[in-house]
Amino acid sequence: MAISTNFWIWIAALLTLAIYSFLYKDNPFYKFAEYLLVGISIGYGISIYWHNTIITKVYNPLVYDKNFLVLIPLLLGLLMFSRFFKNVSYLSRIPIAFVVGAGTGLSVPSSFEFLFKQIYATMPLKLDIGSLIIVVGVISTLVYFFFSLEHKGFVGKVSKVGITFIMVAFGAAFGYTIMARVSLFIGRIQFLLSDWLGIIK
Amino acid sequence: MKFINFINNLDKRWIYLILALCIIIPFLFPVGFPMKTTPPVKSIYDFIEDSIPEGGVVLIGADYDPSTMAELHPMAKVVAAHALSNNLRVLFVTLYPQGAGMAQDVIDNVLREWNKSNPDNPKELGKDITLLAYVPGVSAVVLKMGEDILQTFNEDGYGNKLSELEVMKGIKNYNNINLMVELAGSSVVLTWLIYANGRYGLKMGIGTTAVSAAEYYSYLQSKQAIGMLGGLKGAAEYEHLLDEKKVYGGRKDASIGMDAQSSAHIFFIILIILGNIAYFVKKRKEGK
Repeated sequence: MAISTNFWIWIAALLTLAIYSFLYKDNPFYKFAEYLLVGISIGYGISIYWHNTIITKVYNPLVYDKNFLVLIPLLLGLLMFSRFFKNVSYLSRIPIAFVVGAGTGLSVPSSFEFLFKQIYATMPLKLDIGSLIIVVGVISTLVYFFFSLEHKGFVGKVSKVGITFIMVAFGAAFGYTIMARVSLFIGRIQFLLSDWLGIIK
Repeated sequence: MKFINFINNLDKRWIYLILALCIIIPFLFPVGFPMKTTPPVKSIYDFIEDSIPEGGVVLIGADYDPSTMAELHPMAKVVAAHALSNNLRVLFVTLYPQGAGMAQDVIDNVLREWNKSNPDNPKELGKDITLLAYVPGVSAVVLKMGEDILQTFNEDGYGNKLSELEVMKGIKNYNNINLMVELAGSSVVLTWLIYANGRYGLKMGIGTTAVSAAEYYSYLQSKQAIGMLGGLKGAAEYEHLLDEKKVYGGRKDASIGMDAQSSAHIFFIILIILGNIAYFVKKRKEGK
């Protein structure tokens, strides 16, 4: 057993304990750790954006490569700040329109292609129990979400099958969620027992 | 009835304490529950093992932050180590600012452990592995990579010019990438599937948190992804497969947590059964 002598591991361990202290009850240690996380995340994000966007994508091409085309996206980006000034705030619509237009244009064809692949995968290429379950599951679930017809008679029966499939999906998702949350806790315990306290390898 | 009332009124802090014990005790006294490798994990392993020629390129997407690190970090380490063991080149890419720190930590760790276990076949940063610098834009970045990777990033995550790095030799776009394994706990996986796989035909594997795993099974069925590592269990299965090769001596972060995971699951199953019994007994009693 060798307790860590690394200052930063001690900081990480104490912050982990401060966060978990909330499980007993809310307290100042938890609040401190929570605010610290928010502050550091934002600070880290800003520093990365500054270096990897402003310096690498704007300053360097403009100053060293004399690439003046960079001024166009720079101007569009700066127009976003017009929102802070009431009399010219309408100018921010220009970059927003550009982003929405370009984004939609790029995503619509690809998204359809993506969806078609999913539909194709639903079609039974061979007759087996797995394919049957997929077809029945997809159709009955879609019927459950079809609200233009009252869920009575045949439609009602099919939608009941649909809700059964939905419940099975929820059950699987819930089981996986428990697994995920436990994994996160395991990660922290592993850090405390191994990296901090040195009890396990 | 006394027991049912006890269950209904139990302070949840007792449950937290028992759960903590269920997780801590197996670390101190490992049981070694058996583990079976599932086909989605095996297919990613087999693809890297058998279908990529020496010198090929594996792109690993580190699109996660410390909140999901416990599940995704072991995946990143083990996939990178496996690629290095087959003398493949490894490129990390991230669409999240925090992902850069995650990827750098994985690279440091894997290189250190690899060089310790294989002094006769050392691997180098910039020659065998690197991180592409974070560039904002998400889908725009994924699309531009399909045209020209060097122009998209200019630099690696350590400030070196990409065009001068040996690891980038002969890499222009997705045509020169043999496999991408996207590690994320969010919908950014879909961005890669829609644009990189859908538009450019990039072969993809998914590594995701257990929360998202159920959602992504449909992409295996449609063959949009060749395989999937789901949660810590997926990472543990991959570690188990790589362990059989006996080429990498790094810590098996996921495998050593599997006993704790199993005991926590047993505890949850007991809780669900007890909770349901208490609910139905109470309901029946109130109905009378």
